[in-house]
Amino acid sequence: MTETAKTGIRSEEDFLKVTRSRRNTVWSGLGAVVLIVVLYRFPYFVQPGTTGIMIQGLIVLTLASMWNLLAGYAGLVSVGQQAFFGLGAYFVLIPAMHGVTPWAGLFVAAIGAAVCAVPLWWLVARLRLGYFAIATWVLAEVVMLVIEQISSIGGGTGMPLPGLIGYNPAVLTADTYWAALTVAVLAIGGVYLLLRSKVGLVLTAIRDDERAAKSSGVRVGLARMGVFIAAAAGCGAAGGVLAIEQLQVVPGTSGGVFSVQWTAEMAFAVIIGGIGTIEGPILGTIVYMVLQQTLQSYNAWYLIVLGLVAIAIAIFARRGLWGTVVDRFNIRLFPVGYYLWSPGERRGRRRAATHVVR
Amino acid sequence: MSNRAENGAPLLEVRDLVVHHGQLRALSGISLAVYPGEVYALIGANGAGKSTLLRTISGLHHPTSGSVTYDGKNVTGVRPDKRAASGIVMVPEGRRLFPSLTLEENLKVGMSFARKGPWNIARIYELFPWMKERRGQKTAQMSGGEQQSVAIGRALVANPRVLLLDELSLGLAPVIVQRIYATLPQVLESGITVLLVEQDVSQALRVATHLQCLLEGHTTLEGTPAEVTREQVEAAYFGATDGSNHGLG
Amino acid sequence: MAWVNAIIQGLLTGGLYALFACGLSLMFGVMKVINLAHGDLAVVAGYIGVGVIAITHMPVLWSIPVVVVLMAIIGYVLQRSLIQGALSRGELTTLIVTFGLSIVIENGLQQFFTANSRGLGVGDSFITASFSIGSQITIAWLNVIIFALAVVVLLGLQQYLSHSKYGRLIRAVADDREAAQLSGANYRHVFGIAAAIAFGTVAIAGMFQGMITTISPTLGTETILLFAFAAVVIGGLGSLWGTLLGGVVLGVAQAIGAQINPSWEQLAGYAVFLAVLVIRPQGLTSRGAQA
Repeated sequence: MTETAKTGIRSEEDFLKVTRSRRNTVWSGLGAVVLIVVLYRFPYFVQPGTTGIMIQGLIVLTLASMWNLLAGYAGLVSVGQQAFFGLGAYFVLIPAMHGVTPWAGLFVAAIGAAVCAVPLWWLVARLRLGYFAIATWVLAEVVMLVIEQISSIGGGTGMPLPGLIGYNPAVLTADTYWAALTVAVLAIGGVYLLLRSKVGLVLTAIRDDERAAKSSGVRVGLARMGVFIAAAAGCGAAGGVLAIEQLQVVPGTSGGVFSVQWTAEMAFAVIIGGIGTIEGPILGTIVYMVLQQTLQSYNAWYLIVLGLVAIAIAIFARRGLWGTVVDRFNIRLFPVGYYLWSPGERRGRRRAATHVVR
Repeated sequence: MSNRAENGAPLLEVRDLVVHHGQLRALSGISLAVYPGEVYALIGANGAGKSTLLRTISGLHHPTSGSVTYDGKNVTGVRPDKRAASGIVMVPEGRRLFPSLTLEENLKVGMSFARKGPWNIARIYELFPWMKERRGQKTAQMSGGEQQSVAIGRALVANPRVLLLDELSLGLAPVIVQRIYATLPQVLESGITVLLVEQDVSQALRVATHLQCLLEGHTTLEGTPAEVTREQVEAAYFGATDGSNHGLG
Repeated sequence: MAWVNAIIQGLLTGGLYALFACGLSLMFGVMKVINLAHGDLAVVAGYIGVGVIAITHMPVLWSIPVVVVLMAIIGYVLQRSLIQGALSRGELTTLIVTFGLSIVIENGLQQFFTANSRGLGVGDSFITASFSIGSQITIAWLNVIIFALAVVVLLGLQQYLSHSKYGRLIRAVADDREAAQLSGANYRHVFGIAAAIAFGTVAIAGMFQGMITTISPTLGTETILLFAFAAVVIGGLGSLWGTLLGGVVLGVAQAIGAQINPSWEQLAGYAVFLAVLVIRPQGLTSRGAQA
């Protein structure tokens, strides 16, 4: 840090400048808008089958962004997000059984999951890392077991989703895609805005040094709870999309909405893509989809490969694919840190923390 | 300094040691040599780098540059447990006993990789008679002085050649400190060489055969208690205002 | 008297749960590792047993020591390589790596052995043999034997930790890794031994599970891991006998739950677990360990 002020008057050039972004992020912002527009046009120029695959990808993308928010920014490693994912699906199913269109049900899913997150948070809030992980897993199991007891919504075997009969299949696929895309865009956009807000600052403070943050009055617990609830909402909405996509809701543990495989997929996507960055989950989801499509005929191999790659990256390249890119080329698409410009410097060098959670 | 080489090669030698704690430079080019049979004392204020030096010698900390030589061999890259097994044993700052183990179990752990030698549990009980009847007690319930004795015992049963003592007197009443230091002669008699860190300067001067004073990671004084004057020690300890106080030869 | 039978059954099952749990407890106590793949290891042991029996045709009981030794070796190697690598990079990485391991193991098992359950065949007569106390209480011999064996293993572990050189070292390293190094202990090696013990005990439990009922690829995370963790939490970290108590409490809770409503079996156990987590995170026989 250079000294300030003591040695007389200095011109503005000589002071350090702090900005949110460099020039290229303005371009990337524009690029993002263009991309989103293109994505919205997608169903018009591809086969429904491809659109169907994109829906899956968007669901995983939403989930991955949420898991990243939890683990990468708030330090909460949850192995139980499938609870909210499944609850979201049921929050679309139940209103649909009473005549509410599933599209509106998506809002119910997000809000409902968020509401459920509050008592669940109370149960696990005080737990440390590993305990928290297993406790969330237990909670997800409990939620599933409880729901399986309720036969009116399908019990253990599941229930088809009413309210979408008579739809032209291609139109339904397109509509589902747009819903999925909207959810994903809102999710990622929400995370971005959250991190640029005061909450984001709090999270960075916690991540850097929790005790210091606490002692300077930062409301650590509150920030974490907020993140937990927000992530629940996101996962819930994604679960709602799944319900619409599959036209049924099945609880079961293998392939059902409460399966821990969902957490595995979102976690692996995040780790491979780059934990603790907003771009990471996007990249990770792409990798996941590629693997899933190429290894599909080999049953569960894609998950095995995904898992092995995730383990390898966690140990050898902790920051994931995107994190390595950031380190090498010093670029960010979603600016949530700060750039420090020394006097006279034209290209800021990254200073603020998007350190990967250790 | 001049007669030391007559004892043969130094048992423990440190050359131009530079050690960092993260970005902070804790030691800037420290050198020392300890010959067999000596009691070498490191004195200096808090934060001077004394404990860092000892931790580096024991292997718990890696130097940025410089070397540690033991018995003629370069041990700079050797793991701490290997160093302990070969005879460099440290009594760490703050005792660091194993709280869930009893007194005797603590000693037994010390014996796990011990070298052959005169020290064993029975002999520790002779040195500290009070231990015998409390051998089954958990050390967490003992007083600071008692814990310090156990820590020393744990190190002794390993039969070290060089015993590193880090801040023995920390947190202990002077009477207790005296009692603990009173055991030093028996330690030396068994052929152990001692390198100790001590914040209490008078205590250090009383037991040391040689000393070095550190200030903010630099050597500010070197010599024997006989050679150095009180003023020199004070100046070295607190730092002379003109900043030009370098060690005596 | 169905209740009494159920409770006794739950009690005996608790022994098995404790056996599942002690390895988890050990790894957490010594290395601060919560091994999310712990349950899957029991299943792996069971499948190794299936393989060993298929190849050598030895009786089930003889195959147990073989499987235990194999798993212990695997545990040591895995600890010194993968888990140690993750440990040195932090708690988050360790959690992710063990989670990843769990998923990989389960899906791998599913690929090779299909999703079907499998038993280890102890011979039908053995399984159903039982004795009676009075006219209304019936207890299966197998359950009693397994409970007894679980207690024996726990006793053995307790003795080992208290009185052997490496048992002491394990406890010392768990207390203070650096101080143990200063006494000459290579903590990575000690970690490896602790892992070997953890893998070995969970292997025994997995084999017993295969003998009492069946094993399947997803059993590890469906039930075993959570039961093991529940037993540890209920009984309190750091105490082997606490783990036994925890296992028994869990087993009894499940039995009672099952009596009320058969599909409430698992739920009852989890309910107790959550209750303990909320009320007393240190468990029922804590020594002040923190959640």
